Amino acid sequence: MELNAHNFKENARKALKDDDLQASLQKLGSGFPLKRLAAMDRLPEFEGLRDQARDIKDHTLRHLDHYLEQFESRVIETGGKVHWARDIKAGRKIVHEICEAVGAKTVTKGKSMIGEEMAINEYLEEKGLIPIETDLGEYIIQLRNEPPSHIIAPAIHLRKSHVEEAFRKTHTDLPKDRNLDAPEDLLVEARAILRKKFIAADVGITGANFMVAETGSTVIVTNEGNGDLTQTLPRVHIVLCSIEKVVPTLEDCTTLLRVLARSATGQEQSVYTTFSTGARGETDPDGPDEFHVVILDNGRSRMLGHETHDMLRCIRCSACINHCPVYQSVGGHAYGSIYPGPMGSVLTPALYGLEKSCDLPNASTMCGKCEEVCPVRIPIPKMLRSWRKKQWEDGPVPMVERLGLNWWTWWVLRPKLYHRVAGWKMRVLALLGRKNGHFKSFGINKGWTKDRDFPAPEGKTFQQLWSEKGGRRL
Amino acid sequence: MSENEKNVGLFVTCLVDLFRPSVAFAAVKLMEDAGCSICVPQRQTCCGQPAYNSGDNDDAKAMAQMVIEEFEHFDYVVAPSGSCAAMIRVHYPDLFADCPDWLKRAQALAAKTYELLTFLSDVLHVEKVEAALDRTATYHDSCSGLRELGIKQQPRKLLDSVDGLELIEAEQAERCCGFGGTFCLKFSEISSRITDDKCDDLLKTGANTVLGGDLGCLMNIAGRMTRRGETVEVRHIAEVLAGICDDVAPISQGKG
Repeated sequence: MELNAHNFKENARKALKDDDLQASLQKLGSGFPLKRLAAMDRLPEFEGLRDQARDIKDHTLRHLDHYLEQFESRVIETGGKVHWARDIKAGRKIVHEICEAVGAKTVTKGKSMIGEEMAINEYLEEKGLIPIETDLGEYIIQLRNEPPSHIIAPAIHLRKSHVEEAFRKTHTDLPKDRNLDAPEDLLVEARAILRKKFIAADVGITGANFMVAETGSTVIVTNEGNGDLTQTLPRVHIVLCSIEKVVPTLEDCTTLLRVLARSATGQEQSVYTTFSTGARGETDPDGPDEFHVVILDNGRSRMLGHETHDMLRCIRCSACINHCPVYQSVGGHAYGSIYPGPMGSVLTPALYGLEKSCDLPNASTMCGKCEEVCPVRIPIPKMLRSWRKKQWEDGPVPMVERLGLNWWTWWVLRPKLYHRVAGWKMRVLALLGRKNGHFKSFGINKGWTKDRDFPAPEGKTFQQLWSEKGGRRL
Repeated sequence: MSENEKNVGLFVTCLVDLFRPSVAFAAVKLMEDAGCSICVPQRQTCCGQPAYNSGDNDDAKAMAQMVIEEFEHFDYVVAPSGSCAAMIRVHYPDLFADCPDWLKRAQALAAKTYELLTFLSDVLHVEKVEAALDRTATYHDSCSGLRELGIKQQPRKLLDSVDGLELIEAEQAERCCGFGGTFCLKFSEISSRITDDKCDDLLKTGANTVLGGDLGCLMNIAGRMTRRGETVEVRHIAEVLAGICDDVAPISQGKG
């Protein structure tokens, strides 16, 4: 998708007024977090597992070159091929060339955020191929020509009526008077349509939650089983992933899987956890003839050793998103990036440039809930702050904010003057506000007083009163 | 001050100094009752949070240096705010990570800086206070205090000892109130939405008083409550524990 992060404020304003979206967000905010809590309660060692998960990712990132090369060797040994893509352009080209080489027409797709990052559907369509999303949520937003609004629940912003509308508009060969009232009706219809596509597909593209270096396997977790059909039925399986998804061993992968689903949806594990290792062997009953892994960098190697290094631990569980009060208020599309919420506000500037997304690191109350729930303990607020620092130093800060802060700084670094001026200012304010105890509007403070009263001060400042009282001073 | 008394420097915080001095007097009373001698350095204004959270580390450092110089000689430094105490305790050492001399001083100050409730509970081992308030209250956990300093049980335990006060937990007591320092000015509409959710959750308890330990959050909540025409009283917890509620109107409410 086109990055639209520079419009965050405008997007957010619209989102706040969208009643359908607000109803969906309300459900999300009370759904996933409660399920996560229940899952944690059932697993006393959860906190310890989080430490292990963090350590595994840290270790892997320290030896990333080693594990990526090991992974490539194992993939080759098992009859597959690894393709290295420096950026989105290179990644798309590789995928298209693989499709072209086998004369593919239809491509089925399991859910892949790297696919979203590459905007691979749009690209393949341009090249005359027909890509079909097979994850129900992704399928729905593909029909609606929308980007995902959440990394694991891409259509979370929609209501049932939106889905019905999209199906009626697209599935025109089905009877017009068919009943689509119940969610099950929609599911059955999508299932029947997609079943035919799975069989017709020449190439299946999936993402990967993990790449296992010791075996050359890629791993996906899904709840619908669409990933399995996508990768086993077509002749060619292409896995789209990025450099930080590698883990050393199957054992490590298992540890990460144990925190992944619990943090995401509160499930012990996803309904399907699928390991893909190489192309179909002679004794294998099924599987693809060709197995390709496209490993994307797209700015990630620049994050190594940088202030956002720890973000490379992210396993895309979405816990930070699900718990974020800002995301819960405006939803994913407002962020204008495929990676929304707290993780996105760190990642988007790293991948696409801070100048194109300068609102995102600021669009956080710094409440720290994201860090509290992150299964790999990523210090997200700290990294948001590091982007803000870069912004402050390099320029893109709105003039009024810069002046406002400079003005405050000037005062507070002159305590004597500050206290003298504050003393009389507060007394005047207190006098003006004493009847109601607050102000309905307050000069430069319009953002605050649009929806909130501004509490009036009591009267004299504490410093004045302490002096009058003869309290102890240095 | 006598030899046994703990020499405590009060970091008043800018909001308490300007808007609600009663909170600082309440803090002084609570600590004096527990055997501390309180000193208030005059050369103090802001802990530097607005600058630090805006990425302006140079100015944040200048403010931090002022605080360090002014407060490093006390036995303890106490602030009636989780976020200001966390700024000193958690973030000052980060600020001076590549400046060894100041890092040492920042770490030393961090180690003896406390938020008021944790200081009373964890350091002075105060178990109960002499105060009464015939009201029902719900407690909002401010984010910095909760997540950076672990303030959770301390305020509840002390409130439990207030005669006549009934504490009712809000379902989402730990959810952000939407204040976020400069966030509420930069993204005021999003902030108001979060604040509204917070107000709804607090009101759902049926409590007639909302308490908390950070004046920024409380001014935000109170400002939204009075704008909505709610009569619920919003106060800093120190006012209740020190028994001075009769002397000062609730935040954002007039004296009638």
